[in-house]
Amino acid sequence: MSLSATTARPSPAAPPSPDVSRRRRRGRLLNRLDVKYSPYLYIAPFFLIFGVFGLYPMLRTAWMSLHDWDMIGEHSFIGFDNYTRLFSDEYFWNALVNTFGMFALSTIPQLLLALFLANLLNRTFLRAKTFFRMAIFVPNVVSVAAVAIVFGMLFQREFGLFNWLLSFVGVDPVDWDGHRWSSWTAISTMVNWRWTGYNTLILLAGMQAIPKDLYEAAEIDGAGPWRQFWQITLPMLKPTFIFVVILSTIGGMQLFTEPLLFGNGNIIGGNQREFQTLAMYMYEMGIVNLNTAGYGAAVAWAIFMIIVVVSLFNFLLVRRTAK
Amino acid sequence: MISASQRLWRTSPLTYLALVLAALLSIYPFYYMLVIASRSLDNINDVPPPLTPGGAFGDNFGRVLDNDAANFLKGMMNSIIVSSVVTLSVVLTGSLAGFAFAKLKFRGSNALLLAIIVTMMIPTQMGLIPLWGMMQDLGWYDTLYAVTVPFLVSAFGVFMMRQYASQAISDELIEAGRVDGASTFRIYWSIVLPALRPAAGVLGLLTFMETWNSFLWPYAILSPENPTLQVSLSFLSYAYYTDYSQVFAATAIGTIPLVIVFLVFGRQIIGGIMEGAVKS
Repeated sequence: MSLSATTARPSPAAPPSPDVSRRRRRGRLLNRLDVKYSPYLYIAPFFLIFGVFGLYPMLRTAWMSLHDWDMIGEHSFIGFDNYTRLFSDEYFWNALVNTFGMFALSTIPQLLLALFLANLLNRTFLRAKTFFRMAIFVPNVVSVAAVAIVFGMLFQREFGLFNWLLSFVGVDPVDWDGHRWSSWTAISTMVNWRWTGYNTLILLAGMQAIPKDLYEAAEIDGAGPWRQFWQITLPMLKPTFIFVVILSTIGGMQLFTEPLLFGNGNIIGGNQREFQTLAMYMYEMGIVNLNTAGYGAAVAWAIFMIIVVVSLFNFLLVRRTAK
Repeated sequence: MISASQRLWRTSPLTYLALVLAALLSIYPFYYMLVIASRSLDNINDVPPPLTPGGAFGDNFGRVLDNDAANFLKGMMNSIIVSSVVTLSVVLTGSLAGFAFAKLKFRGSNALLLAIIVTMMIPTQMGLIPLWGMMQDLGWYDTLYAVTVPFLVSAFGVFMMRQYASQAISDELIEAGRVDGASTFRIYWSIVLPALRPAAGVLGLLTFMETWNSFLWPYAILSPENPTLQVSLSFLSYAYYTDYSQVFAATAIGTIPLVIVFLVFGRQIIGGIMEGAVKS
């Protein structure tokens, strides 16, 4: 309809020849098509590739989780059996406890430290700003694999630096990968080292967006630095803090590489599954054991549901406490 | 006279002390990596542990190269190929889509943009098991296609480029291009892309580092004979856990390029991360 209306409109100057006018008309048509439809071409690569390799596998995970699915052979529909099986699976609960233990040991100290460092970096007359920012962020640049290898040696029983340092305060060498609490500590240390700087920068960015005159007004009202931190910085930082907490939750619930490499590639995480995480359990069930792929898929969805619930819980918690 | 806020935010020596301490703790493991990587094997089990670099780095790295089981050079080559291709693609597709969302009018653009933002919240591990099966079906197991193709686009990239394009490029500039008779793609290529260069640079750096460092998926889908660098490092550290000098020399070689990139472009990378944080 609209196309024919355009072409029927008489052009202001008479065309020199029918041939040129046809070419011009075709040019205008192409131009209209270009303006109207080419944007879809530009966004198509994202939707195409994400659809095939992102969205489809995710939906397929849900479908698989309702089956007794063997990656190489048969699969039969079993409804929610895989999910009910989770409740009585002691290895699943073990992985759940481990994941939450390491999540708490890494997220809480990390965010407190990041808050503290960001507050220091937010000083007006700080010299060597860029240097400090870069130094604190540089651990995030290294691969998890490298971090796990280096810290694996630092936490070695016989010759590791941490045990050597502990010997000065009279503590016997710790068998870091032999117990739950010690392996959790070692793995959380790697996570903290790698992510504190990143969170510091995000929080710092949030702090710098707070208008300075709020502080001046508070100063005039006689509020000290501590009070200003509690009553201005923290409440104003709430959106950024929620963002950081949710990112940490997503990361923490998916912890995989650090514990895997800390245990020299053992997917069960220590001899007695002392540090097997949910993501490792999913990998064990879904990829190492191909015949339990359906059950592995159920574990994957369980992780997703846990992330949603924990994120929501943290969101509400942060929103309440920072009021 | 100094103002109230200036007095409040002055930096005391204690501030510097805490920051220097934090900086040292951040940098120490790198230093330690270089210490072990440059010590001979007999040295590293000494008590007290060695605290300064030695002169055996060449020796140790030589052992890495001689180690056929590690496939270190192959891993290095694979990582360079995969990271370059992914980076180029993420920047191009991201800027193209970001431009479309920021500057072009089309039906459903808001809903589609929202869909992209939502996908940023979905953990990628969710699709791991079926994706692994899909790769078998496609015949891509243990090939570079498996670790490249799924990552050619990035929701974060689209979103970041859209944010930047909507601020950095004026509508008049695009109108001017149209009046001159340029096609939309021509406008993207000769006007928009050059204007997006700063953001494209940061996106490229972040993507390159992320791809270079990714572990879980390459570990799942590649064999030890055809690894990426990180996968090669992990197998090296399992198999030769007593030869830490060798493992650390390899780890250092795999890490140093990124640290150099970071030292050169750190300001932009940090700026990009902090800016992204405020906007989201």
